[in-house]
Amino acid sequence: MSSVKAETIVEPFIIENESKAIFRVNRRVFVDEEIRQREIRHIFDTCWIYIGHESELPNPGDFLTRKVGGRELIFVRSKDNVVRSFFNTCPHRGAMVCREKHGNDKMFMCMYHAWSFDLAGKLISRPEGERYHADNSGGLHDLAPVANLDSYRGLYFVNFDPNAVDLNTYLAGAKEYIDLTIDQSEFGMEIVGGVQEYGFEANWKLLVENSCDGYHGGPTHATYFDYLMARPGQLSDPGTKVNLPRDLGNGHAVIEYGGPWGRPVAKPVDAWGEQGKVDCAELLAKLEARFDKEYAHRIAYHNFNMSIFPNLVINNIMAITFRTFYPEAANKQHVRAWALAPKEESEIMRERRLYNFLEFLGPGGLATPDDCVALKMCQKGYQNAAFAGWNDISKGMGENQQRNTDEEQMRVFWREWDRRMSGAAL
Amino acid sequence: MSEQAISSSLSIGRTELEDFLYEEAALLDKWQLVQWLTLFVEGAKYWVPPAGSADDVDPATTLFYIADDYFRLTERVKRLGKKTAHVEFPKSKLRHLVTNVRILGGNDDLFEATSNFVTYRSKSGATETYLGHHLYDLCVLDGEIKILKKTSIIDTDNINEQGKVSIII
Repeated sequence: MSSVKAETIVEPFIIENESKAIFRVNRRVFVDEEIRQREIRHIFDTCWIYIGHESELPNPGDFLTRKVGGRELIFVRSKDNVVRSFFNTCPHRGAMVCREKHGNDKMFMCMYHAWSFDLAGKLISRPEGERYHADNSGGLHDLAPVANLDSYRGLYFVNFDPNAVDLNTYLAGAKEYIDLTIDQSEFGMEIVGGVQEYGFEANWKLLVENSCDGYHGGPTHATYFDYLMARPGQLSDPGTKVNLPRDLGNGHAVIEYGGPWGRPVAKPVDAWGEQGKVDCAELLAKLEARFDKEYAHRIAYHNFNMSIFPNLVINNIMAITFRTFYPEAANKQHVRAWALAPKEESEIMRERRLYNFLEFLGPGGLATPDDCVALKMCQKGYQNAAFAGWNDISKGMGENQQRNTDEEQMRVFWREWDRRMSGAAL
Repeated sequence: MSEQAISSSLSIGRTELEDFLYEEAALLDKWQLVQWLTLFVEGAKYWVPPAGSADDVDPATTLFYIADDYFRLTERVKRLGKKTAHVEFPKSKLRHLVTNVRILGGNDDLFEATSNFVTYRSKSGATETYLGHHLYDLCVLDGEIKILKKTSIIDTDNINEQGKVSIII
């Protein structure tokens, strides 16, 4: 399998030596365009990648367009209520057939020669159609569907590889944490109020590391913790002593831990007032009625940051965010971030949730911009890669007990990345 | 409603408002954020909805970039004064351009105004451009204009190029 590694890339991508507690990542993987091209073939074209949430397409006819894994896709709920995904390109001469970000329609019509397709991708009509004589029974003149589209608990993923394993197998242990997230609601979760789209000059893999990095919190987010302490009642007992990273299989990893902040389901802080305590007690009672006590408390009190290989991050912290990020170049990524909430959430709890979200997360939050600049500084530092060429990801190696401030969760990602970049399929 | 009689008229005109907005822009250019905060009344709001939003966008139902109440706005100002606000250390160079100033109506207790803006942020050899329009809820208090609510709408499709809203645009 290592034959693919030849070409001009001769150094190893990672070096791991368990007995010496060494784990190093070659900084070329963040700067080399040839490596990025190989990532597209070996990772984004073969892994299950997140396209969207079922709540984004509530009604037949709803569609959205989204660049996923470097491919322009249509994500649509067809008239027969089946969710489908197509490459957004006309089978005729290739123009994108849908130019809107989202909407509801009966068909897609290519602007170039007016070929029209129904929402299941079938060609409906084209001007002077009688002058075409080729057989369309094989779908030659229909929109090309992605090889695989499947969902788990409302989360839709695409996979461009016809030989891919099924989604259920692929997600492996990550399903447990998707369950913990979705089980917050009795009636289903929904994406709240659109998407944050932003970009910055750092390799996409740096955001994988950062999104489940418990070690950087103190130094990088000092001002966020200053903020939390500035208003009395914004902190409360974590409610759990759990503190561990877990390998979820197939390159997915999580850190699970207690945190001092309020959680809209269902851990109050004093700043929410007496009503906040009542609301949370009610939500917790509902969880305890639906699940055993241990699981209910895990939903309510446990925070986690999970990365689903290669690039879906689910952070279930003071709010829930889904985040995907793609390389535009080796040194540039585009991020999409969403907030997720129970459909039945009360107005006041929804307000607390979004307030929580924005105080930490996103391009205007009090924390995320500092993450982005940290990653930019890494990327700049890698200009020295020829002479200072390796990252150290060994924290916690040789310890009996791993913590969320160690780096095992990142090593899980890197091992899988390295394996796939060597041409191995799952 | 306050016990004071509601003013029936607006005692300032566009020129006074322009002076106020230019002064605000100058404070932001100079990073004098503590002083900038004094332009707001206590309880004021500061909002930055997602790029390309309509004017009536609401943070209760939409995921904003910034939806600060007065407490968080005060904390944002404090944060940006610290060396540990890494994204703005060292401070970026800023230039705020304000134009197309219009008073939309109201009286001294509450009037609405709008302006267009271009804000440049320059740091580490790169210059980012934010363009859009501001929506203000304002009042005249003891002869001075004060901000009740400021909404800055970025009129681009997304902020892939700017990447963040780490400054007051």
